Amino acid sequence: MEFIIEILSDYTTRTIALGTSLLGLISGLMGTWAVLRRQSLLGDAVAHASLPGIALAFLITGVKNSLFFFIGAAIAGWIATAWVSNITRNTKIKTDTALAIAIALFFGFGMVLITFIQRTPNANQGGLESFLFGQAATLLREDILIMAITAAITIIIVLLLWKEFKLLAFDPQHAHTTGVNIKVLDIILNSLIVIAIVIGLQSVGVVLMSAMLIAPAAAARQWTDRLGAMAILASLFGLLSGIAGTGISSFAPLLPTGPLIVLVSIFIVTISFLFAPKRGLVAQYTLKQKSKKRIALDSMLINLFEICCQHSDPQHLHSVNILKPMPDYNKATIKKLSEQGLITLTKQKEWCLTEKGITNARRIIKNGGSS
Amino acid sequence: MIGLQWEIIIIAILAAITCAILGVFLVLRKMSMTSDAISHAILPGIAIGFLITGTINSPLLIILAALMGLLTVAMTEAVTSTRLVKEDAATGLVFPALFSIGVILISKYASNIHIDTDSVLLGEIAFAPFDRLVIRGVDIGPKSFWVLGTTILLNLLFVLVFFKELKLSTFDSNLAATFGFMPILLNYMLMGLVSITIVSSFEAVGVILVIALLIAPAATSYLLNDNLKNMITLSVIFGIISALAGYWIARWLDASIAGMMATVSGLIFFLVYLLAPGQGLVASVRRRQRQKLEFAQMTLAMHIYNHSDDSENIEERMKGKLGYHLGWSVSYIEKIVKRSQNSGIITVKDDLISITSKGIGFVEAANMLISSKYHPSFQRLRNEFIIFTGN
Repeated sequence: MEFIIEILSDYTTRTIALGTSLLGLISGLMGTWAVLRRQSLLGDAVAHASLPGIALAFLITGVKNSLFFFIGAAIAGWIATAWVSNITRNTKIKTDTALAIAIALFFGFGMVLITFIQRTPNANQGGLESFLFGQAATLLREDILIMAITAAITIIIVLLLWKEFKLLAFDPQHAHTTGVNIKVLDIILNSLIVIAIVIGLQSVGVVLMSAMLIAPAAAARQWTDRLGAMAILASLFGLLSGIAGTGISSFAPLLPTGPLIVLVSIFIVTISFLFAPKRGLVAQYTLKQKSKKRIALDSMLINLFEICCQHSDPQHLHSVNILKPMPDYNKATIKKLSEQGLITLTKQKEWCLTEKGITNARRIIKNGGSS
Repeated sequence: MIGLQWEIIIIAILAAITCAILGVFLVLRKMSMTSDAISHAILPGIAIGFLITGTINSPLLIILAALMGLLTVAMTEAVTSTRLVKEDAATGLVFPALFSIGVILISKYASNIHIDTDSVLLGEIAFAPFDRLVIRGVDIGPKSFWVLGTTILLNLLFVLVFFKELKLSTFDSNLAATFGFMPILLNYMLMGLVSITIVSSFEAVGVILVIALLIAPAATSYLLNDNLKNMITLSVIFGIISALAGYWIARWLDASIAGMMATVSGLIFFLVYLLAPGQGLVASVRRRQRQKLEFAQMTLAMHIYNHSDDSENIEERMKGKLGYHLGWSVSYIEKIVKRSQNSGIITVKDDLISITSKGIGFVEAANMLISSKYHPSFQRLRNEFIIFTGN
């Protein structure tokens, strides 16, 4: 609670929180597409690849201006995307290797450029290193403005092309047959993903930005099966990670913001994996236990029914002791059956099936399972 | 005693060799990004090891970091096996988590001391020779020599002893499993060695750029041949070239050595990708162009062949009218006619095109090919097509 008040009251913190929440929002939104299209690791390559773009923008213009950085990073990231798809299309090299080489080449070149910049007598170069792990504290009002405009454009394009993107993500072949130009759409969607990454670079850094693309979307996926809901949830999770990460880092100014934001988002993923209804691991486990118990009850009931059928009077009382040699005999199961009114247990430890028990057993045998 | 500069170069070469050997298997097993994940995720191992021992050169760091690498692989597999997300997303979630913890540990507890995130990330190869191994007062060279040398031996031993098993499990994991080769165990051994390799090279090139030495030389040699043994040899050679060229260019430009080594290894890949025979971009563009020309020549030959007995419509065979009949531009007609003349399938006399007996042979073979795809003339035709280009 306390840091929310602090964020709202302090101008600098407010600016930073605005920036990180914008980045979370957009990366959550675009990450939804990246995760669904199994392009999670492309984000990693694009983020690493943007480093030389930033460095070149600085070398060419000589000023530390976010707009130039955005443009440089976006161009470099976009070239990396083209490189990966080009290599995988033309050779036997697989996507993972093409991504790894893109990271190596672009990031290595970026580091070379940064050593050049460090030798130039420009005192202004300090900000460049914050692009490695992100330093949200370096966000200025102009940066937020650029981020906000880019974010707004991205959201509008996504909303306008929603149906087409949806088709592209789930059934590109069908999209192609309906006359949608999937090549152009693919380029637009990839460009928007690149933009989402570039928006976050200053706060989260090139090394970790890919996590911001994946984590909120992977978390959102667990709570819903609907694309729209997933996109909204992912944006919210991203936004939450951004604000919370910034809040924590305002108490620990030595720590880079990037890792903190990423850890918050990973925390949200962990919670979602564990506790999401239906898909979550806890829900899956309880469901499994429940069906295990039900199967045990059903099979016991059938066993009892078969014993009864061997007797001329189906409701003849048998001793419980004759059940004990059965492999799946279990006291609790017998008790449960009597609780559900499927069998009658007498005080002399004798049992017989009730009318309901007989009907149920017959139905199970007929349908191959109870309802 | 060799000079400082040569010691740096030898360290770079040793790192390149040890990476290049394993890289081939990573590329073939589609695990390039797994090695990227490992290279990031060993950071907390290094940080914890440093916090315990207070030095960056303790063997404990290598053990911890290697364990961290295995943990990354195991965690990724565990997340994937929940089937809540796909494998790529699982990889993309596990390593940033571990890496973030590593960065936070380093910046929180070690910010003022010898270790900093930059040196771990980018390596300090220039300082590596200063850290010397001294036994009973005798200086026996930089520690990196011994660490990297041991890693090379380990990797070589692993590849030589398990060559057959590695080969089979790389190309057909299921068959390897039925033979009792235990591909899963082998995979974990490989990943363990990859982790050790990454830790022992990180001083030279840093954790992020180690992926360059692991993947780029191996991928380059994969473009050039299909034989596993040759691939390993070639990969080692490309690794050494990247290290040497990267070092000298970096010295010349006074830039980051690790960054330049990575850049050079990427550029070598790019060059080979452009120029490689067969798989290269230039070769495949040329192949496509040649196919297009051959197809055009065949179209022309067929057109003339179909109209050779057609004395009423003699204009079908006039060079000037081909544009109307085939929909080609004047310059394109000129080019195709000339090529066909050179390869001897047509003759031109006073603007009138006639087909030669060689040309008739081609057309008839092609017709047969169209009517029966599997006819033996298929092979003959393919061989003869090369003559079409006129080379």
